[in-house]
Amino acid sequence: MDSQYPELYASLEGDLIGQSDTKLADFRARAAAQFLEQGFPSVRDEEWRYSNVSVLEKQAFVPVLASEIAVSIAADVAKHQLDDCWVMVFVDGHYAEALSNVAGLPDSVQAMSLAQAIVKQPEQVYEYLGQVADNQTVGFTAFNSAWFSDGAFLQIAKNTQLEKPVQLLHIVTSAHVMANTRHLVILEQGAEAHVIETFVGAAEQYATVSVMEAFVAQNAGLSVYKNQLEGAKAAHLAGIYVQQARDSRFGHYNFAFGGLLARSEVHTNLHQAAECDLNGLYLGVKRQTLDNHTRIHHLEPHAISKELYKGVLNDKSRGVFQGRVIVAEQAQKTDSDMHNHNLLLSDNAEADTKPQLEIYADDVKCAHGITVGQLDEKSIFALQSRGIDETSAKNMLTFAFANEMVDKIELPGLHEKILTEVLNRFPQAGIDQAWL
Amino acid sequence: MLSIKNLHVSVGDKPILKGVNLEIPAGEVHAIMGPNGAGKSTLSHVLSGKAGYTVTEGSVTYKGEDLLALEPEMRARKGVFLAFQYPVEIPGVSNIYLLKAALNAMRTYRGESEVDALDFLTLVKDKVKLLEMDEKFLYRAVNEGFSGGEKKRNEILQAAILEPSLCILDETDSGLDIDALKVVSKGVNALRDEARSFLMITHYQRLLDYIKPDVVHVLADGRIVKSGGPELALELEAKGYHWVEEQGA
Repeated sequence: MDSQYPELYASLEGDLIGQSDTKLADFRARAAAQFLEQGFPSVRDEEWRYSNVSVLEKQAFVPVLASEIAVSIAADVAKHQLDDCWVMVFVDGHYAEALSNVAGLPDSVQAMSLAQAIVKQPEQVYEYLGQVADNQTVGFTAFNSAWFSDGAFLQIAKNTQLEKPVQLLHIVTSAHVMANTRHLVILEQGAEAHVIETFVGAAEQYATVSVMEAFVAQNAGLSVYKNQLEGAKAAHLAGIYVQQARDSRFGHYNFAFGGLLARSEVHTNLHQAAECDLNGLYLGVKRQTLDNHTRIHHLEPHAISKELYKGVLNDKSRGVFQGRVIVAEQAQKTDSDMHNHNLLLSDNAEADTKPQLEIYADDVKCAHGITVGQLDEKSIFALQSRGIDETSAKNMLTFAFANEMVDKIELPGLHEKILTEVLNRFPQAGIDQAWL
Repeated sequence: MLSIKNLHVSVGDKPILKGVNLEIPAGEVHAIMGPNGAGKSTLSHVLSGKAGYTVTEGSVTYKGEDLLALEPEMRARKGVFLAFQYPVEIPGVSNIYLLKAALNAMRTYRGESEVDALDFLTLVKDKVKLLEMDEKFLYRAVNEGFSGGEKKRNEILQAAILEPSLCILDETDSGLDIDALKVVSKGVNALRDEARSFLMITHYQRLLDYIKPDVVHVLADGRIVKSGGPELALELEAKGYHWVEEQGA
């Protein structure tokens, strides 16, 4: 497969972190070989039928040297930095320590860049790096493994409850940049944490590739919120791979606003009685494609998985949802519930949705429900019958459809931020934010 | 208050109402009873302006105005309230938001200022108490996950706050256990006064033990075939609808 990237990254040789470390060099080389075998996925691949990523090879996207990142974008950082968080900032794929704030984290928490971790504690990195992410079947993950520029290393010790969320703020500063980050999040037994991933760009067209591997040990609980506000013509390919030990809890909340093509994948492996709760809201306008792919693997008995993804699609936008649930033969008493609801606001908008259940156990509860449609006439009439005019009623219902997902955010600062983003994308006649 | 004259209504090509005549003066409570398929719900829908019905003949005058010419929201603003037989669930809109949006829509129409936040809360909490509801219901999405009885109480809560002139109760008693029926009836009775009229549509005479009507009408096959006092309901209960249908024929 022809790709422009091996040469581009070869020219950065020496700048990629961990080059002197043979283990990491070897890990990267194997991933590069895997990537070259497959390249970026094509629409001929069933899993990528609706998301055309050919732009990644058609356009020149260039990785940026760590020494060349523009730290002068502090003002933009301030705007997207959430209050009451520890913040790790990644500029064009590189950790920007000067803009970050992890001061005051307890000793039981390790938060540093992956570059720092590889130097300081390589064994801890290799214990996790590549252990759950799948280079083989997801084309962009091999790409990420081969050439990630940096990322976060976050490890939370046994029974530590992080009192504030950790925000991973990804900023791309200029057009045609390829930003490629890899994060490791490790929660030891009984630990609890909230992580917020924010993706923003100061330019329109660029590319983001980002992979997170998360390890949630026994009885630990991790929530990952994603606020995707990429530039209007950006390509965003991101995946999170989660290993859930017995009795662990994992929640994912993807709010997809930006990008011309944005793909978000969540993969999780559930061990006994583990629980995952996956959620997404995608608001498509113009020619956006917003794609959510999930794969939940019930490996052992009594695990619970819940999914709710909702899309509001306007103009010529396209929303994609694929929810795959695999229930292994020994995963008896699995309880799985998957829902995807789409609201089409324009005749030219499209929703492609595909639930996929593969059940090998015989004593399980697996439900799914999919809808694609317009606003409910009965609800419009119910509001009119209370004196609310038709336009306001429609605005309220459209907003309400989306707001159900916003209301799931338990972090007040983030809730307000996302609520504002959602409100700004809809006509507001008939909606009074002060009442919400 | 409400004057219905020779009202004919079709759904598609199918005539449902075939010449309904009904006069409801201010302050009166009228009950409409009748078998399934008689056109009871159609009547309530046509009065509140729901789409999908064609008026082929007749007129409806409300406070001297042609009601059928008004958009549903204008009917509501002028004081027509429909308590739905099947209240819809509206995920993402909290009960209190809906109440406030509705009340303000009406106040704005009347040229009044929007309701003061504190006054509103006092008013709502007062009515919530009247209907023996938990205040938590105010902050939950409209009807979402509510039991049948809770949904019906919620409709009456809306009426209590919006204070309509004409209150149409479409089978508000259906599916209620006796305790819930007593609470809903208490809410309705608290709303009764000389200026406010009620049109109660019901299957069951039991409701009329708790909300005493001034007049009972029997609707059968699209027409009002018999009208009388509260004793008519008891007679119907004893003899069955068949009896009036025969009389009407």
